[in-house]
Amino acid sequence: MSIQVTAAGAAARAPWNDPQARAYVSIEKVSKRFGDFVAVNDVSLKIYQGELFCLLGASGCGKTTLLRMLAGFEQPTSGRLFIDGVDVTDVPPYERPVNMMFQSYALFPHMTVEQNVAFGLKQDGLPRAEIAERVAEMLTMVRLESFARRKPHQLSGGQRQRVALARSLVKRPKLLLLDEPLGALDRKLREHTQFELVNLQERLGVTFVVVTHDQEEAMTLASRIGVMNQGEIVQVGSPKDIYEYPNSRFVAEFIGSVNTFEGRLVVDEPDHVRIDSPELGGIIHVDHGVSSAPDAAVVAAVRPEKILLTTEPVAQQDNQVSGVVKEIAYMGDVSVYLVKLDTGKMVRVTRPNIYRHDDDSVTWEQRVYLHWHASSPVVLVG
Amino acid sequence: MNLPMPAAASLRERTQQLRQWLHGRGLNARTLVIAVPWLWLALFFLVPFIIVLKIAFSEAQIAMPPYRPLLEWGADQVLQLRLNLGNFLFLLQDDLYWQAYLNSLRVALVSTLACLALGYPMAYAIARAPGNWRLILLMMVMLPFWTSFLLRVYAWIGLLKNNGLINNALLWLGLIDEPLVMLQTDFAIYVGIVYSYLPFMILPLYATLEKLDLTLLEAAEDLGCRPWRAFMSITLPLSAPGVLAGCLLVFIPAAGEFLIPALLGAPDSLMIGRVLWTEFFNNRDWPVASAVAIALLLVLLLPIMLWQWAQRTQDR
Repeated sequence: MSIQVTAAGAAARAPWNDPQARAYVSIEKVSKRFGDFVAVNDVSLKIYQGELFCLLGASGCGKTTLLRMLAGFEQPTSGRLFIDGVDVTDVPPYERPVNMMFQSYALFPHMTVEQNVAFGLKQDGLPRAEIAERVAEMLTMVRLESFARRKPHQLSGGQRQRVALARSLVKRPKLLLLDEPLGALDRKLREHTQFELVNLQERLGVTFVVVTHDQEEAMTLASRIGVMNQGEIVQVGSPKDIYEYPNSRFVAEFIGSVNTFEGRLVVDEPDHVRIDSPELGGIIHVDHGVSSAPDAAVVAAVRPEKILLTTEPVAQQDNQVSGVVKEIAYMGDVSVYLVKLDTGKMVRVTRPNIYRHDDDSVTWEQRVYLHWHASSPVVLVG
Repeated sequence: MNLPMPAAASLRERTQQLRQWLHGRGLNARTLVIAVPWLWLALFFLVPFIIVLKIAFSEAQIAMPPYRPLLEWGADQVLQLRLNLGNFLFLLQDDLYWQAYLNSLRVALVSTLACLALGYPMAYAIARAPGNWRLILLMMVMLPFWTSFLLRVYAWIGLLKNNGLINNALLWLGLIDEPLVMLQTDFAIYVGIVYSYLPFMILPLYATLEKLDLTLLEAAEDLGCRPWRAFMSITLPLSAPGVLAGCLLVFIPAAGEFLIPALLGAPDSLMIGRVLWTEFFNNRDWPVASAVAIALLLVLLLPIMLWQWAQRTQDR
């Protein structure tokens, strides 16, 4: 009995930080062209055992193509793919130790739930009794025992999703590929299913590669996220890394919302930098150094929830500007304020609605002061 | 000036009342829409069918029309209904009819299977062809319809006869020493039927194959299924409605086919369509001809009902 590695375990061990760790899935300089269009451009990526890896990107960024290459439905134009140390680049899909859950679920409409789940096992020619046992076990796991004899069209969206999941897991694949696994579910169900999926993954110790365009989904599910843009992986990291330390303006703007201020480095010390931003109309003080040429053009990115909004100025020289509230959106848990700075720049600020009655609530056209901590801005070069 | 008001109100009330009255009798826009095809079927299927049925139960006589009416107002003031079952009994007694029916069904069955064997790969290839090719290929399938059916069958005589195109080509190539006898054989009938009805097989097959979700095949392959088995366990069962529709569209007209056996078959080839023709036009025995037609209809009704039953189970 081998030791099962869980996603939480994988995240705790962080094998990606260990140069000795052996990658479970290794994508080496893989490109895919469709005619003139480059869908995947020279991607190299290592995914470790027990990970729940999310490929995140807008539609058309190449994430699905990359997933389909792992499944074997597309051949890379160049580069190699390794799964568990074996070069699978030229292995047909039906011989790969990989299963996939399709975005449309791709359930066989002429088969019952049971037959759908049994299909993969039948291909391996397992004895009937074993097939029946494993199918029953799988259906119990996804809580669909009583639906075994239904046809897919007699099920709800959430039930279909669970059948698809059971079908893709029943062969105990080493690697499960999930294409927008929660895309077709409504919001409430999606949230619930996200946690179920993570629990399942931790229990079974299967390595998951999930493709999604939904950043919230990626944040909830993933041990690591690979952000893709125009066929390239632009950043790989834990959800927190990606959110708090984006390495480019694209990533900062793609994940969550962000305020960006263009400026110039005026002070560049190892322990702090100062950025003069005409867009902001002030100085941004950042309490960590950046590796950049002095006087370089940079972008300071500040998340809306890291900006404090007050009606009176605070005793703070830098990282403070004033403006006028132009828009307020009440979202229930938070309120979003769009504040127009004196320079004309619009800044987005979110404030948690801690009190039910906010007596000195901020209102439209009111002058307010925005300030943030020196650790909040992320300095992006270019 | 409150005079027009009650008038307008009463008009509205009246239309309301009318609508309620119609509605109370189950007459609304929906039933009217459905009524049109029902009326059409009643007029052009049911009425002719009843006429044929009536003739089938009457006695032949040399007159105009060549049968006796079913209902007669006798001189003794008796309304007589004479149901003549003789025509049907005659069909049962005479071996000729049995053989003609069986032969027709056999020819129709073999042709249907041949159409399926030829049509399935063709429909599959068209459905998998790149988008702009599909239309061209479908056009090519349908193109023969632009020429008269009769002319196309006639053209096969020129191809199949002893000094026809095929024999001459084979002789010229040195593959045969003397012409193959193809015209006026069962082979020629099969060629004619398969050629004529192939589009009726291809089109419904194409329609189902084209709709088939290709990710299902990917899912099958992903679960360890080789392409051929994926075809057998996914594509084939899911295209069953198309197979059935195509088979019926070929089988039913082929079973009653008259023109193709008459033009391409041997003079003594026994097919029910020809027997019917002979009874009707040569023997002028309308009642027996009608009985032949009714019996054929009954034979063919069976597959249609099977089809409907299959569709109903599919829907469920």
